[in-house]
Amino acid sequence: MGLEHYLSLFMKSVFVENMALAFFLGMCTFLAVSKRVETAVGLGIAVVVVQMITLPVNNLIYNGILKSDALAWAGLPGVDLTFLGLITYIGVIAAMVQILEMTLDRYVPALYNSLGIFLPLITVNCAILGGTLLGVERDYNFSESVVFGIGSGVGFALAIIALAGIREKMKYSNVPDGLRGLGITFITVGLMAIAFMLFSGIQL
Amino acid sequence: MAKYKDVLLDPVFNNNPIGLQILGICSALAVTTKLETTLVMALAVTMVITFSNLSVSLIRNFIPSSIRIIVEMTIIASLVIIADQLIKAYAFDVSKQLSVYVGLIITNCIIMGRAEAFALKNDPVISLIDGIGNGLGYSFVLVFVGFFRELLGSGKLLGYTMMTVNTEGGWYVPNGLFLLSPSAFILIGLLIWGIRAWKPEQVEEE
Repeated sequence: MGLEHYLSLFMKSVFVENMALAFFLGMCTFLAVSKRVETAVGLGIAVVVVQMITLPVNNLIYNGILKSDALAWAGLPGVDLTFLGLITYIGVIAAMVQILEMTLDRYVPALYNSLGIFLPLITVNCAILGGTLLGVERDYNFSESVVFGIGSGVGFALAIIALAGIREKMKYSNVPDGLRGLGITFITVGLMAIAFMLFSGIQL
Repeated sequence: MAKYKDVLLDPVFNNNPIGLQILGICSALAVTTKLETTLVMALAVTMVITFSNLSVSLIRNFIPSSIRIIVEMTIIASLVIIADQLIKAYAFDVSKQLSVYVGLIITNCIIMGRAEAFALKNDPVISLIDGIGNGLGYSFVLVFVGFFRELLGSGKLLGYTMMTVNTEGGWYVPNGLFLLSPSAFILIGLLIWGIRAWKPEQVEEE
């Protein structure tokens, strides 16, 4: 488990297993907040930060409390609390987002204002919960979950900024009536996802 | 009665949660490679949204508005845990294929959105119907996408062969793209185009 392992995990989570374009996570915000590059950058940063904090925290909770036999140190062997996973993770995520919101409001009000409603909505951004669940499913250890958190956050940010760039350009093109707005965005994302599939054969 | 019918059928075409409100898209794309998983997912979401609407509406007068989000979250998470356990118990293979996406129903914005926008303001019966209606709207898009992806991608429906593929001596050359994720985006894009061509009032202004 040298540095190489973590580097390849990072690259894999950014490109090969891109949260937005390979796993379709966080699509609601992905489509709704990608109208302008500026807000997309803000949201991207917020996702990276939240992802970086919540994944390791949830990883610790899973390995330390919820996993079967994890409570053996407290004299409770054989207790399996994995069924409480979902409700715990979402609680942790909501708390983290709340803390981030208050911090941003205090220190970076400009970013706080431009994110607006979308910051609380990160709580229901599936990329965050999905990252946690994937981490649990794959049995990542603590340091792997840190790397996976950062990588998947960066991947999401990359995808949303790229889409925002395309959509800004698209304002100047003549899209058929029924496709305008949401329809053409879906198709654009589909084409982007095809492009990202080129990474999928890469072995790191 | 007319009111109930409107509440039930409006979300299917006129105000589709996926097509118009941009809600709950993540799972719509990832689980639709096969019709079977699609149906299970659609059923699970419809169940969760119906009961979350009902429960939120029942206690709407007792929730202080400052903590309503966390109350809604708890209700939804508990319902999703029930759905997850049920699927694991009765359709274990499907639950393996759905992997993390059942858990992700929690963060499906349709459910949260309907609890916030409808159930908090209306009485339980109509909230229940609104839940079913939105579940139907969601299922409609999901089944549409799942149908075409399985049919065109592997020539099958629900695992039964519809068009014999060329590797098994048939005539149909399967289009592998439909088994891959990007096709779902393109299908939904085309579906939206279709709905908006039929109902021009949904066209977005530039």
